[in-house]
Amino acid sequence: MTIVEKILARASGRREVSPGNYVTAKIDVAMMPENFRMLRAILKGAGIREEDYRLWDPEKLVVVIDHRVPPADLAAAENQKLSRDIARTLQPKFFYDVFPGICHQVMVEKGHARPGELVVGADSHTTTYGALNTASTGIGASEMAYVLHTGELWFRVPETIRFEIDGKLADSVYSKDVILHIAGKYGTEVAQYKAIEWTGSVIDAMSIDGRLTMGNMSVELGAKFGLFRADQKTIDFVRARTDKPFEPVESDPDAAYAESYRISGSDIEPQVALPHNVGNAVKASEVKETKIDQAVIASCCHGRMEDIEIAVKMLRGKKVHPGVRFYVAPASWEVYKEAMQKGLLEQLMDAGVMIGNPSCGFCTGLQGVLAAGEKCIAATPRNFKGRMGSPNAEIYLASPATVTASAIKGKIVDPREVM
Amino acid sequence: MARVKGRVRKFGDNIDTDIIAPGPSLMLPVEEMKKHAFAPILPDFYKTVREGDILIAGNNFGCGSSREQATSVVKALGFQYVICESMAKIYLRNCVGLGVYPILAKGVSRIFKEGDEIEIDIEHGKVRNVRTGESASFEPLSGTPLEILESDGILNVLKKRIDQGKRASGKE
Repeated sequence: MTIVEKILARASGRREVSPGNYVTAKIDVAMMPENFRMLRAILKGAGIREEDYRLWDPEKLVVVIDHRVPPADLAAAENQKLSRDIARTLQPKFFYDVFPGICHQVMVEKGHARPGELVVGADSHTTTYGALNTASTGIGASEMAYVLHTGELWFRVPETIRFEIDGKLADSVYSKDVILHIAGKYGTEVAQYKAIEWTGSVIDAMSIDGRLTMGNMSVELGAKFGLFRADQKTIDFVRARTDKPFEPVESDPDAAYAESYRISGSDIEPQVALPHNVGNAVKASEVKETKIDQAVIASCCHGRMEDIEIAVKMLRGKKVHPGVRFYVAPASWEVYKEAMQKGLLEQLMDAGVMIGNPSCGFCTGLQGVLAAGEKCIAATPRNFKGRMGSPNAEIYLASPATVTASAIKGKIVDPREVM
Repeated sequence: MARVKGRVRKFGDNIDTDIIAPGPSLMLPVEEMKKHAFAPILPDFYKTVREGDILIAGNNFGCGSSREQATSVVKALGFQYVICESMAKIYLRNCVGLGVYPILAKGVSRIFKEGDEIEIDIEHGKVRNVRTGESASFEPLSGTPLEILESDGILNVLKKRIDQGKRASGKE
């Protein structure tokens, strides 16, 4: 069996499962961002009385208020207050109210994402924790309402596809470039309804931060799960964050894959996904004269230490182009503090970068909103039309290195032009 | 099982959740939110939807966010079926979870035009263009997703479970 087959078999109390089987699986952890107002509304709509609705296990729900932080208008503030009040009535053991940061980063930092476990989250980028060998996936609010009361959910066991990334990434090429390269070459449906297993020497050499970016963006390839083997790096990372026991899961040598792709990592060049789809990825060097108004490193996809270090390194002795607003928002206050203690935020500011607070805002049009006609290059996961503001704005996706290089030049460039 | 006929409302590939339910509309009540559905590419789309219309799209319909509102607005506009070449997996689950029948049928992009009349034969897994006679096949839902759809969504399954639990413990 593959990794996901083993985890779904264990969670559904079966010895074995195969792709296509319908199983009812017990959920190890559920993660819910702030949309409790919606939870109340849909329960009411279905005629379910609040006194009959209980959390299946207070130890297993993690709440993180992160999307509209801090609230920028009264409607957001009222929504947050209501969500907070409703979340409290459920009495979850882990309730992170605004402070620690973006839900996916908090899940990882606080040890709620553990190898071998099955996690669902009411957010599509829940696939992030696949980087830690966690079978994690995003679901909608109604399915989450079902999980919170029953602790279980149906799954159709997905087929698994395997990506083997061999060789060694060149300087200025990062995990984001790997995933954009795959989106550009194979399309954003290459993993539709499937689980991905990420393997190969490039993955082995990759940092946890880099793997989190790839787990995060596995959903942009259509994947239900984006899984990595747990190696010593993974185990050390998780051990440092939780006392709970966990059991990493590996695929069997005779596991069946629907497809296997072998990619030479050494040949991947810096990538840019053109508007308005992740699959529009091309080589950064092929992007013609494109001036930018804004550059962003933020979100659950980036905003980790490695990303901030890259920006600092590239900006050393250089300045942000006067025509560009460059925002860097750490993914959590833990990252923020570490970057501050190391003096990195100060170096960024001296180069002309504005530091944002941890929040989903820069990626979702709640902060740093784009006006019509503006162009933004972003180290975030999505470049959909209208996502950051005006439907007539353009979002280009790239790695933190390519974003920083472009912010320096005032137009989209290959980062090797700046290094 | 009855056959269903309706007018085709046609969309292209990669219609993402930011198009179907734009971010700024997400906190509105669904009857207001639906007025913004598809607005980034078709402002005022809601004004043109008639009862019984059937949505047909290309590849990767509903890619992006897990926001269930992207399915709620489609349902609130009156679409009971979403037909496409392929659908993002969270959107597919949200359709089942909210009682909107997802139909994945290869070739539908090619054989239907905006405004055509479509006939859906759920039992035999066929969609047919009434004007041209061309058809495409699909696999009807079965198993757990069909049970959920027949209950008109997962919350009705939950309610049934809660009510049964209460009866069993003699509370009612």
